[in-house]
Amino acid sequence: MATTFQLNGKSATFDGDPEMPLLWVLRDHLGLTGTKYGCGIAQCGACTVHLDGKNRRSCVTPVGTIAGRSVTTIEGVTGKTAEAVKAAWVKIDVPQCGFCQSGQVMSAIGLLTAKPRPTDADIDHGMAGNICRCATYVRIRQAIKDAAGVKGARA
Amino acid sequence: MNAIASRRSFLTGAALTIGFVLPGKRARARTLRPVLQPNAFVSVHGDNSVVIIAKHVEFGQGPATGVATIIADEMDAAWEQVTVLFAAANDPLYKNLFFGTMGVGGSTAIRESWDQMRMAGAAARAMLVEAAAQRWGVPVGEVTVAKGIVSAGSRKATFGELAEAASQLPVPQNPVPKTAGRYVYIGKHVPKVDSIAKTNGTAKFTQDVRLPGMVHVAVRRPPAFGATVRKVEEAAARAISGVLDVKLVPSGVAVYARDTWTAQRGAAALEVDWDLSKAETRSSERMFAEHSAAVRSPGVEVEAAGDVAAALGRAAKRIDATFYFPFLAHAPMETMDYVVEKKGEGIEVYAGSQFQVGEMRAMCGAAGVPFEQSRLVQHYAGGSFGRRATPVMFDGVEAAACARAYGFAAPVKVVASRENDLTGGWYRPLTVHRVQAGIDSAGNISGWDQVAAARSVTKGTPMESPQVRKGIDTGMVEGSNDTSQYAITDFRLGHHLMDTGVPGLWWRSVGHTTTAFVKETMIDELLELGGKDPLEGRLALLKHDRARTVLRKAAEMAASAKPPKKGRARGVAVHESFDTFVAQVAEVSVGADGLPKVHKVWCAVDCGIAVNPDIIRAQMEGGIGYGLGHALYAELVLGEGGVVQQTNFDSYRSLRIGEMPDIEVAIIASTEKPSGVGEPGLPPIAPAVANAWRRLTGKPVRRLPFAHGDNA
Repeated sequence: MATTFQLNGKSATFDGDPEMPLLWVLRDHLGLTGTKYGCGIAQCGACTVHLDGKNRRSCVTPVGTIAGRSVTTIEGVTGKTAEAVKAAWVKIDVPQCGFCQSGQVMSAIGLLTAKPRPTDADIDHGMAGNICRCATYVRIRQAIKDAAGVKGARA
Repeated sequence: MNAIASRRSFLTGAALTIGFVLPGKRARARTLRPVLQPNAFVSVHGDNSVVIIAKHVEFGQGPATGVATIIADEMDAAWEQVTVLFAAANDPLYKNLFFGTMGVGGSTAIRESWDQMRMAGAAARAMLVEAAAQRWGVPVGEVTVAKGIVSAGSRKATFGELAEAASQLPVPQNPVPKTAGRYVYIGKHVPKVDSIAKTNGTAKFTQDVRLPGMVHVAVRRPPAFGATVRKVEEAAARAISGVLDVKLVPSGVAVYARDTWTAQRGAAALEVDWDLSKAETRSSERMFAEHSAAVRSPGVEVEAAGDVAAALGRAAKRIDATFYFPFLAHAPMETMDYVVEKKGEGIEVYAGSQFQVGEMRAMCGAAGVPFEQSRLVQHYAGGSFGRRATPVMFDGVEAAACARAYGFAAPVKVVASRENDLTGGWYRPLTVHRVQAGIDSAGNISGWDQVAAARSVTKGTPMESPQVRKGIDTGMVEGSNDTSQYAITDFRLGHHLMDTGVPGLWWRSVGHTTTAFVKETMIDELLELGGKDPLEGRLALLKHDRARTVLRKAAEMAASAKPPKKGRARGVAVHESFDTFVAQVAEVSVGADGLPKVHKVWCAVDCGIAVNPDIIRAQMEGGIGYGLGHALYAELVLGEGGVVQQTNFDSYRSLRIGEMPDIEVAIIASTEKPSGVGEPGLPPIAPAVANAWRRLTGKPVRRLPFAHGDNA
């Protein structure tokens, strides 16, 4: 059964099991490998994409449930917020091994889209679903603040 | 410069021995035609680019940027003209000088290659300078180089313009590296070579490799360590659309499918009758009991000084403490994965390989093909923390076996599920320490008798050290007091090598993860028992000036901050590992969940010459976060029958952003050779937090993780 959806602004079709998680459709069938597998149960956030502009864990999203909807991946994410986040990430060299960072960047863009001037609590909450085993969290927090133009350290 | 091979040996090889382009700031593909190639680590090209070969795997600790920094500095290249590539699997050219084979571990990347990289860059520079001097008819001493431009007076040339002429000159055998005052990148900030690609999703990991006709493999592993397949019922797996085949492999049952999801479903659908007769079926609880019983006796003597029994006998006060450390998994974000394709007589392997040559040899052995006809295409690796360094190359061998079992009919990609990663062993061994220590009537330490029980991580493997045969695995007791650390007159360290069927492995900072905790929490208690200050007391006992310096610095940083708010306390720890000295002060309160909430960590590090200060800071941050997350939350528990209870990140709890403290790092200025930073940031954090916790709650911490429940 074919599922058609918008992928990074273009129409995409997957002709296969509608139960297959979007993650594997993206990676193994459509060739977009920027979105990563880390756990398969929505615990680590490495697979984060935007579904109709909001953060979504693609590893637990059956492709059949997104027919007609709009998916954005790290390869296609654009706009002022996205550019600000990516620039802030590079400026302070956030990544270490880098494997979780597509998901971190997508979550950060989603967070700032919803809350353009986040507090520390907003960052803690908005980024809680993204694990970084290298523990680059100090820099993730700083990069989000830099991208948002928010200053100040935690008490 | 004994390690740089002669020019002939690599120019007669298969063109340039290039592995894989790091898609960094110069991401465009190129055909590599080196014009000037004085050694195996650097070449200058007609387009004026400088290509630097990184012999260490890059999984986040920054060696690719590190070696490029050193070579570019010696050459006075412009940072923008530098491209970094991964080296091929070639021991004569690229061996780790400490190991004698390619690889990295023990925080050795910059330590082992510092002189080699400086000489490699200095040789290239000298040839470019000589070529310019000849061209312009000026003495070499009048030629200067800055940011990739060679000049003498008003005459200027790029590296690319001089490369052809320079390539005709003999390679200097003893080039003179720079003196520290002339560094332009070392000790300064350079952008990491991989930050852009790792931010925009274009960095290629093994998980991202796609080859025409590639088949995806998931392996069903046994439920207990050492169990084997008695019988497999394949029908349910084969009934799944997209499942292509099912094969027995040494590690379990492999399911081949058109995509990863289908392979994983197929593996789950197999009905396997496991033979548990040789399996490890003991629970963690039982192993803790056995280890605890072992440390009641002295064990094999590792180190001894003075007369411990007499000193303890005359002690005015004594502590007898037993410490419990669980199995821990490394759980790198990218699970273990490989792509294997038959090419001619050999195989091509796509991997983020930590021991490139050893792993390729083991994989070729499992595949039944010659190493000499095979090739590694090295990729970024999504973390390791020790996991990619199994002494028997377990995961690569599994992948090669999967390719062979399929008759090499297609390229195979083997990706471990997170469940296989967490339940598959290769853990930090479960460990128990006992310390009996005392203080005399003046409050001075009077005897320290320590016994450690843990299995070896190398026993029975090709990496087994001679020490293991004497009943000691130094990797499990390092840091107890050996290199280290305090002047204790009457000291004894004993070790019981335990046998468990759970495969053990080096885990970020290895033995130091337990020994630093024991040493730094015990010293804290003993100092308090003797009425001494935790800072001054340590300073009086530390043997090494560099340890005193980092401790003073961390303490100064904390002291210059606001005093802790009510309900918070600070704890300190200092430890040397891998030739690097680190001290940390942690400010802690009791969190809403009853566990420590760590607000702030002040960290001072002395790792010799700081090649990339910001990478050093990042490694201290990462080491603290990795150490803290495991100390607070993580353990793998073998239940009844030896079945691992934690299968994914829902039960093997990782540190998350809201649990990460703010961190301030100071790097001590030094003229010593660079030492490692990948691991040494980790050992002090858990004891620093535990020492603060004891001040807050009055309870010493004897068992990790904190979340285990005995400490709150």
